[in-house]
Amino acid sequence: MTTKLMGQGVQRVEDQRFLRGLGRYVDDVAVEQQVLHAAVLRSPHAHARILDIDVADVLDVEGVHAVYTYDDLTGPMAEPLPLLIPHPALTHGRTQYALAKDEVNYVGEAIAFVVAEDRYVAEDAVARIRVDYEFLPPVVGIAAARAAERLVHDDVPGNVGARLEQEVGDAKAAIARAPHTLSLDLTVERSACMPMEGRGTVARWDPDLHRLQVWTSTQSSTGVRAAVAVKMGLGLGQVDVVTPDVGGGFGVKINHPWPEELLVPMAARALGRTVKFTEDRREHFISSAHERGQVHHIEVGFDDDGRLLGLDVEFWHDHGAFTPYGLIVPIITSTQLLGPYKPQNYRVVFESLYTNTVMVTPYRGAGRPQGCYAMERTMDAIAAYLGKDRTEVRAVNFIQPDEFPYDQGLIFQDGRELEYDSGDYPASLEKIKALVGWDEFPAFQAEMAAQGRRVGIGLACYVEGTGVGPYEGAHVHIETSGKVKVATGLTTQGQGHATVFAQLVADELGCPFEDVEVVTGDTRRMPYAVGTFASRAAVMSGSAIHLAAKRAKEKVLKIAAEALEADEKDLQIVDGVVSVKGSPGTSIDLGTVSVLSNPLRYAFDEASKAATQFSVGDPGKPPVPEDEEPGLEGKDFYSPERATFASGMHAVIVETDPDTAEITILKYAVVHDCGKLINPMIVEGQIHGGVAQGVGGALYERMAYDESGQLLNASFMDFLMPYVTEVPDGIDVDHLETASPLNPLGIKGAGEAGVIPSAAVFAAAIEDAEGIPITAMPISPSELFTLRQEHSS
Amino acid sequence: MSEELHDVRLTVNGASHEIRVPARRLLSDALRHDLRLTGTHVGCEHGVCGACTVLVDGEPMRACLMFAVSAVDHEITTVEGLTHADGSLSPVQQAFAECHGLQCGFCTPGFLTTITAGLRDNPQPTHEEARDMIAGNLCRCTGYQNIVKAVERAAELGSEARTSTTGGAS
Repeated sequence: MTTKLMGQGVQRVEDQRFLRGLGRYVDDVAVEQQVLHAAVLRSPHAHARILDIDVADVLDVEGVHAVYTYDDLTGPMAEPLPLLIPHPALTHGRTQYALAKDEVNYVGEAIAFVVAEDRYVAEDAVARIRVDYEFLPPVVGIAAARAAERLVHDDVPGNVGARLEQEVGDAKAAIARAPHTLSLDLTVERSACMPMEGRGTVARWDPDLHRLQVWTSTQSSTGVRAAVAVKMGLGLGQVDVVTPDVGGGFGVKINHPWPEELLVPMAARALGRTVKFTEDRREHFISSAHERGQVHHIEVGFDDDGRLLGLDVEFWHDHGAFTPYGLIVPIITSTQLLGPYKPQNYRVVFESLYTNTVMVTPYRGAGRPQGCYAMERTMDAIAAYLGKDRTEVRAVNFIQPDEFPYDQGLIFQDGRELEYDSGDYPASLEKIKALVGWDEFPAFQAEMAAQGRRVGIGLACYVEGTGVGPYEGAHVHIETSGKVKVATGLTTQGQGHATVFAQLVADELGCPFEDVEVVTGDTRRMPYAVGTFASRAAVMSGSAIHLAAKRAKEKVLKIAAEALEADEKDLQIVDGVVSVKGSPGTSIDLGTVSVLSNPLRYAFDEASKAATQFSVGDPGKPPVPEDEEPGLEGKDFYSPERATFASGMHAVIVETDPDTAEITILKYAVVHDCGKLINPMIVEGQIHGGVAQGVGGALYERMAYDESGQLLNASFMDFLMPYVTEVPDGIDVDHLETASPLNPLGIKGAGEAGVIPSAAVFAAAIEDAEGIPITAMPISPSELFTLRQEHSS
Repeated sequence: MSEELHDVRLTVNGASHEIRVPARRLLSDALRHDLRLTGTHVGCEHGVCGACTVLVDGEPMRACLMFAVSAVDHEITTVEGLTHADGSLSPVQQAFAECHGLQCGFCTPGFLTTITAGLRDNPQPTHEEARDMIAGNLCRCTGYQNIVKAVERAAELGSEARTSTTGGAS
């Protein structure tokens, strides 16, 4: 019997092409052809009225084919870009135009689009466009947005795009009655996903088929397809979107359509040529998206044990100049802030504010890192106030294993109840304490102190709603060769979907793993899909693929039973061969079953002869039975009632240099519960990557805007992404596998978890080492140095 | 206004190619778009990320910081040239597969070329040296943990290969 592949660290099939340099990323598409290349004129000003755009000098440049400004856009293309996720609280949602109309609202906003023989020439041409601006005062940062002395959009009073409040119980009254109260003010600065591959789009119009083919580096191919069709006035059936290999996403590529995702197809159709746009790194900094910037004020009431009695949170979210992705990030902060705890009374209110900066879309964690930071710093503050161990205060507030499903009484980011399906937080706490050496730490700290060294420990817990709906689907096709072709519509940007989904299919169908080929993000293969975000791919497409494979298997068994004159119940499928249990000689392979599933009039090879009309079939019955379809296929969709909630805890030990304030990581430990693991090797890889991004976000990365709205560090020279030298040398990972009751595989999402607790855990550890409250993240050595001086004076 | 073009002979992965390019054409663009060797990736175009690293006469160089016209008379090796002639993976490539040293794969070619040169110069690196070997390349997916393991595994595979080809017993 073949071993089950679920739970095995199977090596990735996609690596074979990546390691040989044979991956096909969007800038590699159509490299064999003479394609045209696009470049974009972007606003150098954060806030200005456009008085005039002069493109007269551009067409003189040899090799330039076209230049477009707003005035060249017609019909739906001339309307603002879609507001992807409307919400009743988003009373003042605004989106930009594909090319700026009358006004620019951030440095980097697209103004003109040039198509030329190559990118060099296109950039030459962009440099020749002259724009007359009338400067307007910019709004930069949350303080300026709240002060509202200047407005980003004239028709948005107070710069407030949305205000949303949710409450369970009566938080203010509970805090007023509580024996102890505390208040905290906590800030987090902006960072960004920063995938190694930026955005990019290629399009080709086929005049013979009247069809548009688009390749784009996206997290939602079906979303881009729908948007392109609407904007270009095409039928959905005239647009194919293929997501090739994607060089990382982390959230930024879920936003769509980007201006270039519309302008490239528009130009391709108009010029009758394949057109390509590939974003460069500076463009990625100033014209894609950022996240994380929030300011929080917390009031908490608690009893002598540290038990939460009331929690009142207000926060301000900087969403940049536009709101195409709605309120997803602050809604997630406001709900997932609760983590594994059950405050009796909770009120949260946020304002989502406009600034003249790059817009915000989710970045791995998507508001959870800020929420976790707010909640966990509150737990630390309560413990410090009561003189209790930080783990004890957390433990008294945990939702207990026998309390699931647990309804937090709020509405989550998917519009559904925030109801946790399963978890075991006390067990996680025991594991993380053991893994990091929590109980032994005070002795170590004292020993280090005796040597004049400062060390500190931090711990943070989180719960992550993963696998949100509405749905994903899958198609499983067993070909006459016996090979199994699988398609699901969401996209892949490094998660190893081709491997983990093949594991699931091989397990269900009983076919060799090597015979399964998985395609993602190709709307020709699966036109119904949502996208890859919210740690949802394994849960959503994994479940759909499992169900589709089950359907294909049912059909295999039905046809094989007839062919073998056996009872379906007596059949087994092992290594791609269906046989009668106990008599292995009576067998038929999957390829032959596939031949038989499709009654033929015409043979095209030896195998297909077996399915022709004089070879098979009962002349007394229709060749394709009623309620059946020809072909050996299974298709199904998975649409859960609500998200499934993964959880975890991180702990870190840091050392701070008494002289330089340099922060060194001595130990990093992770306990992670994403339900049943499909491929532990891949899950651990996701955790490692998340932790590294968390280290960057906690200690190095920030978007350094000046008061005029210029991003001063828009390059890898100045935006400090971690190299190997900045990440822990070894990350200790332990797993819990608390199954989800919501899907057939018992799985929960894993993609984002690694980054969620980092701001919280580092702030706690540095505070423990230094004895100084750490309330603003990220923190650099020079900031820590300044804090020391402030506290010693 | 037309640009002056230069005839350039590039030797890449042992094969000679003639291309006609402007002086400003980056080596990275020439490799990718003129020679269609798209395994070399461009992550920043300012020499920081290392994704475009190729070997120039065996030494790791940023292809985005070099002009194609400057590459004449040099032997260039790209990721495509690391694979053995029979299509099998080199020890460094094999180690990346075994250790899950890549996720999206975009930065990977630069790591593979860098480590290939690094292990040639130092076939038995210590753990610290293995980390140091990759300290000039950015990866946003893996957190580097498994890349360090892959360097160490590649050193093992390389040493096994040398032992078997020399017939030496361990």
